[in-house]
Amino acid sequence: MSETVSHEAVTAWLRAFAATIAEHRQYLTELDAAIGDADHGVNMDRGMQAVLGRLDALAEGATGALLKAVGMTLVSTVGGAAGPLYGTLFLQMGKVAGEESPGKEAGGGSPQTRDTPEAAPGLTLRQWAGLVDAGVAGVQARGKAVVGDKTMVDALVPAAAALRAAAAAGLAVSEALSQAADAAERGMKATIPLVARKGRASYLGERSAGHQDPGATSAWLLMRTAAETLVTSEGPASETRPHPGA
Amino acid sequence: MKKLINRPEDVVREALEGFAAAYGDRLTVHTEPAYVVRADAPVAGKVALVSGGGSGHEPMHGGFVGPGMLDAACPGEVFTSPTPDQMLAATQAVNGGAGVLHIVKNYTGDVMNFEMAAELARDEGITVEQVVIDDDVAVQDSLYTAGRRGVGATVLAEKICGAAAEQGRPLREVAELCRRVNAEGRSMGLALTSCTTPMAGKPTFDLGADEMELGIGIHGEPGRERRAVVTAREAVELLATPVLDDLPFEAGDAVLAFVNGMGGTPLMELYIVFNELQRLLGDRGVTVARNLVGSYITSLDMAGCSITLLHLDEELTALWDAPVNTPGLRWKA
Repeated sequence: MSETVSHEAVTAWLRAFAATIAEHRQYLTELDAAIGDADHGVNMDRGMQAVLGRLDALAEGATGALLKAVGMTLVSTVGGAAGPLYGTLFLQMGKVAGEESPGKEAGGGSPQTRDTPEAAPGLTLRQWAGLVDAGVAGVQARGKAVVGDKTMVDALVPAAAALRAAAAAGLAVSEALSQAADAAERGMKATIPLVARKGRASYLGERSAGHQDPGATSAWLLMRTAAETLVTSEGPASETRPHPGA
Repeated sequence: MKKLINRPEDVVREALEGFAAAYGDRLTVHTEPAYVVRADAPVAGKVALVSGGGSGHEPMHGGFVGPGMLDAACPGEVFTSPTPDQMLAATQAVNGGAGVLHIVKNYTGDVMNFEMAAELARDEGITVEQVVIDDDVAVQDSLYTAGRRGVGATVLAEKICGAAAEQGRPLREVAELCRRVNAEGRSMGLALTSCTTPMAGKPTFDLGADEMELGIGIHGEPGRERRAVVTAREAVELLATPVLDDLPFEAGDAVLAFVNGMGGTPLMELYIVFNELQRLLGDRGVTVARNLVGSYITSLDMAGCSITLLHLDEELTALWDAPVNTPGLRWKA
């Protein structure tokens, strides 16, 4: 395996996600206006801008601590349902990342050395899939939604499954992330005909059908951004950060 | 969009600053994180009541902070749940050692944020109970929805539980009372117009000049049914019938009848609605023992109203009549 997910790539991913959310703010809000309360884009943008404002300071630490801090920032700035849900996603990912030894598969018997960014070889695909799995499980535990309820879970669960399958098949990180983004996109599009069973859209009953879920859409943006930014070749950590959206 | 605001992104903060300027003599308004507490908080030995929710529903909840009602309120962004850090700070500020009751309206975001806040407060050794209000009969309570929304009964629960806490009742009893108000109260609302959130800048849903939306919530979310506008008498029948049938309220019952304006409807029309409601209830043999008419739980500039009925017994009546002194509700004080 020649690719890993480095600490620098994770910070680049967060920057790119903030840029994508800012770019799609109006679009997400319009999707939300159709079946919710017209604030998803605005709320996510406020949260990711807060993350962006703290990112330079946060990026000094380990990947686990960075992801946890991102989670807490989102919890305290986004509000609504998206705050606790996206916050929990990153908090749980950070929790698992903190337990992982970069570059070593779990149970390898090596001492659990905490990563310092300059020394970090990055997380393997299997480790990254484990982070995403834990994050998505956290979202489901907090929101009690399952696939088919017309929520962000409809994009997240297939993406996590695709990552897991790709890791089991020994695919390269870039291929795995691309498949996860595709799976999230299919899950997002599959929300269009669904009748919502969770969140404010559920009050509409049958009238919620025919609209794409805004939460599934922002979750797809998260996965698509990951495919665009998360891959770095193994080797010494690069000093230059990939430009957002590049 | 025509609104008396400066910049859309400053609306919540500037409204809170204005609220602080108007009521700073009896309330303390905190920012970073944002919450409102009564000036004498924490009241030693008294159960403290904390509520909160998105902004845009004024006077709820900040306007209900004061002796005889809430100890603290957490305002979120417009129509957006406040966050756990606000709720934790408010809970810490009002905890007088007898525990804290969180009164939560049943919306996905509010419930999740208050759950996280309660976990954090309990980690700090504060006893917290939560009661979720879900009185809106327009929503089917089933596995296929987020459950009924918390609307008008929230105002009544905050008043009644505030009075009970003021009497020195223990947390478990105040929480039980809150659950009873929720169990005995039912609501339904209608909109004549949508509302316009400052950030969106345009109406949340389109409603024709001759249409109304029946079964609306308080966030501009569309209701269950769209139909032609009818007279006040017919509108009251459309709202009151599902409310009466749901519990049910029956002949011989005494109720508190609450006619609430959604923010853009003149009080004059609310009186007409209340008059029709009193007549309809009289025809059904239901006595209006107490009433509340006015705009207390609003949806920005939405025109329309909601009707809430609460079964009253001697205890609830006495607690309703007890003194209250808040910006939004005040009597005998």
